[in-house]
Amino acid sequence: MLHTVNKSPFQTNSLASCLKHAQKGDAILLLEDGVYGALKGTIASGDIWSKRVELRFYVMSADVAARGLQKSQLIEGLNMIDAGGFVDLVVAHKTSQAWL
Amino acid sequence: MAEPAKSPPAPPAKSTPKKFLYVNRRAPYGTIYALESLEVVLIGAAFDQHVALAFIDDGVFQLTKGQDTKSLGVKNFSPTFRALGDYGVTKFYVEKESMQERGLTLDDLQAVTYEDENDGFKEKPSIQVVSRSEMGAIMQQQDVLLNF
Repeated sequence: MLHTVNKSPFQTNSLASCLKHAQKGDAILLLEDGVYGALKGTIASGDIWSKRVELRFYVMSADVAARGLQKSQLIEGLNMIDAGGFVDLVVAHKTSQAWL
Repeated sequence: MAEPAKSPPAPPAKSTPKKFLYVNRRAPYGTIYALESLEVVLIGAAFDQHVALAFIDDGVFQLTKGQDTKSLGVKNFSPTFRALGDYGVTKFYVEKESMQERGLTLDDLQAVTYEDENDGFKEKPSIQVVSRSEMGAIMQQQDVLLNF
């Protein structure tokens, strides 16, 4: 399954709940304000870090750039993708779930 | 029953400016709040009020440097913050705890300055990092608070 998260982890519990429900092998795409979840050294980073092996993480690069976030500020090992990559993810998974 | 006729309210005396604090609690671009706040800030400044900005919670993300919205196709409004000094908006209170929780330091924010007309137009920083309790005290000193 592909999960998309478009809310800041500091504003809602969308990312936290998504990560609690996602199953091994699922893909998680952070986009829009969801990209703040990719920051390291925050009160929310531990959740993604602890799941980095069993889940695959993707981050929308345009949303990262818009918010002035640098690669060096993000958790290591996340895959940066563009809109075409988003389409590929949707096609590659039988189901998608948008955590709003 | 009809109300007794009242004399019209006296026109307000030449009003003294009020202290306005715009409390920014949202990240830019994901929602319209941040941009709308900026629009209203400019209106307040145009009416010669004492305008200050507070950045707490995700609002601290509005001031990150290096924002580049080209691929997103929306307006990058972060440079507008640097123009506010010319409108007399020279106080940007940024909450330290909100930055720490988000892995940010003052270094990650763009520099915002103003020219102090009471001090030989010396260039001074607009951003003041304050603690959560100091922010609470700042809020207490205001006449009008608007949350975005």
